[in-house]
Amino acid sequence: MAILAGKHTRLIVQGMGKMGQFHAKLSLEYGTAVVGGIHPGKGGTKIDGIPIFDTVLEAKEATGANASVVFVPPPGAADAILEAVDADLDLVACITEGIPAIDMAKAKRAMKGKRTRLVGPNCPGVVVPNQCRIGIMPAKITRPGPVGVVSRSGTLTYEAVDQLSRLGIGQSTCLGIGGDPVIGTNFVDALALFEADPETKAVVMIGEIGGSAEETAAAFVKANMKKPVAAFIAGQNAPAGKRMGHAGAIIAGGKGRASDKMDALRAAGVAVSLSPATIGETLAKHARAVL
Amino acid sequence: MNVHEHQAKALFKSFGVAVPAGALATTPAEAEDAAKALGTPITVVKAQIHAGGRGKGGGVKLAKSPAEAKQHASQILGMTLVTHQTGPQGKLVRSVYVEAGSEIARELYLALTLDRATENFAVIASTEGGMNIEEVAEHTPEKIHTELIDPVVGLQPYHCRKIARALKLDAPQTKKLEDFLSALFKLYIEKDCSLVEINPLVVTKQGDLFALDGKLNFDDSALYRHPDIAALRDPEEEDPRERAAKEIDLAYVGLDGEIGCMVNGAGLAMATLDAITVNGGRPANFLDAGGGADKEKVKEAFKLILRDENVKAILVNIFGGIVRCDLIAEGVVAAAAELAVKVPLVVRLQGTNAEEGRRILAGSGLNITPAETLAEAAEKAVAAAKGK
Repeated sequence: MAILAGKHTRLIVQGMGKMGQFHAKLSLEYGTAVVGGIHPGKGGTKIDGIPIFDTVLEAKEATGANASVVFVPPPGAADAILEAVDADLDLVACITEGIPAIDMAKAKRAMKGKRTRLVGPNCPGVVVPNQCRIGIMPAKITRPGPVGVVSRSGTLTYEAVDQLSRLGIGQSTCLGIGGDPVIGTNFVDALALFEADPETKAVVMIGEIGGSAEETAAAFVKANMKKPVAAFIAGQNAPAGKRMGHAGAIIAGGKGRASDKMDALRAAGVAVSLSPATIGETLAKHARAVL
Repeated sequence: MNVHEHQAKALFKSFGVAVPAGALATTPAEAEDAAKALGTPITVVKAQIHAGGRGKGGGVKLAKSPAEAKQHASQILGMTLVTHQTGPQGKLVRSVYVEAGSEIARELYLALTLDRATENFAVIASTEGGMNIEEVAEHTPEKIHTELIDPVVGLQPYHCRKIARALKLDAPQTKKLEDFLSALFKLYIEKDCSLVEINPLVVTKQGDLFALDGKLNFDDSALYRHPDIAALRDPEEEDPRERAAKEIDLAYVGLDGEIGCMVNGAGLAMATLDAITVNGGRPANFLDAGGGADKEKVKEAFKLILRDENVKAILVNIFGGIVRCDLIAEGVVAAAAELAVKVPLVVRLQGTNAEEGRRILAGSGLNITPAETLAEAAEKAVAAAKGK
């Protein structure tokens, strides 16, 4: 079953530039139903055999699309997200990095009361092993299995998935939620979905410095989760006041430190890996009874 | 992006946010002229650096005459100012802002930022102006009032009335706060700020409100639509290595260890520092080569890492998603050869085209230590830096 996506996903690509085209092709090769691309002004043409439409609504009506992946550059990305929401898709995953925070705060508020789920922005997307690839993840390193993976970071998601796969532990869904200050799906949303998913037996959660999403997630785990959770927090050695690559990864005003997040998670019964090299082992040990 | 106080105040003024009169000076004579032109009995000479806590470090001084303003300016200009925000190395003062003194009745605190937890804008107000607000929040949280503002609806008059009440302002002052906050909110939205902080916001003996200090941070992601703001950047205020990194579109943060790092992805780059530390080593830098890393960029990244004389070993940790490991490998080989890299090099390639990348490294004839996993890479880099 997995979460968010699967064999039922019919994906369109918003932003068929070089990167959009490249990843559309990889997703197709992985077996994902990539049913259309959006390129205003180029409707009616085809790129790599994928039919192109001018608007999301048109693509949905013509193809039965229910999900979208956004590669549109920052100035138009929030607009692209809202167009997918307006077309009432189930899911929109936004890969774009560098969307102004005010644009996202407004877009997020405009989504209130709508059905569409946003993943990202500034995220690697979603992979359901052997079923569906949305975004930019190297799906080859995944394998089907019982562990849900949710992460604020792209490459660190790959690292965790690779460690699990090397230990022979597969994944139900691999989900990158994005490194921006304002994102669609947060840790709590993802944890709730994994807790409710019968195929998921345990969860790996990868956080980083900045904000308080990990502390909120810890409270959720304590109050609502029966499935074992292992975690890693990146940035234990990050200096305060410096933006560590991601727009959201900054320790500001004494808040957002890794140590506080790790303490909160430990107090909630989460197994916290000290080193990023032992995420897989930590999960394997902590979830031994259910795997 | 940060700007100087005098730049922030010029923006405040252009949006109708009340500030004291003032002028920038880069020489003591200019400071004297500025004080004369202001004509107030008291002027304040303020060091212009990108850091708070200037007063405690001796960077803000009161002058009772233009001659005294000149004297203060001659002391402050050229000094290396150390505050709790500059680090022990301090910052060189290149200019001072000479400002009209004012008769202060009360000092308040006001800030406007994005509240990440609720995804609203937040006005943070306190009666405890002029203090370190983090300490106020820790010891007397009841003295901090937070007013959340819906990003679509925007600031409303009732928000201002609630904030005025929290700040214990009278009726005429409440009206003034409404104007002040409306102007500030307009600036925040129109210029894509990430933080506006006024500490202190002053109530004068005449009952007027103005920003005695002003700090503005801008959303880096929005600078593309604000060339006027981007032009305010002062490269002299940035770490020279971070500045060089910015010019070639790399995210770099200098640290004080001996293992240079080149990684793709912010999360993995942070995690690589953690892995090195867990293994008993100390990282020299954070470097995210980004999704577009290719041969040329790898070479530039190496140059940047090697500018740091403390670097005793380099760890390259790449998990290719968008990034192709073969291109990274070509870059590493080219950089190692062209830059005659003398420190040990540990390279770990995983993901897209990793095998091809490893073949390129192995066939280069260069002394490169390969690693398969992150654990192995960190161990080998720490050992190499220790000369083992």
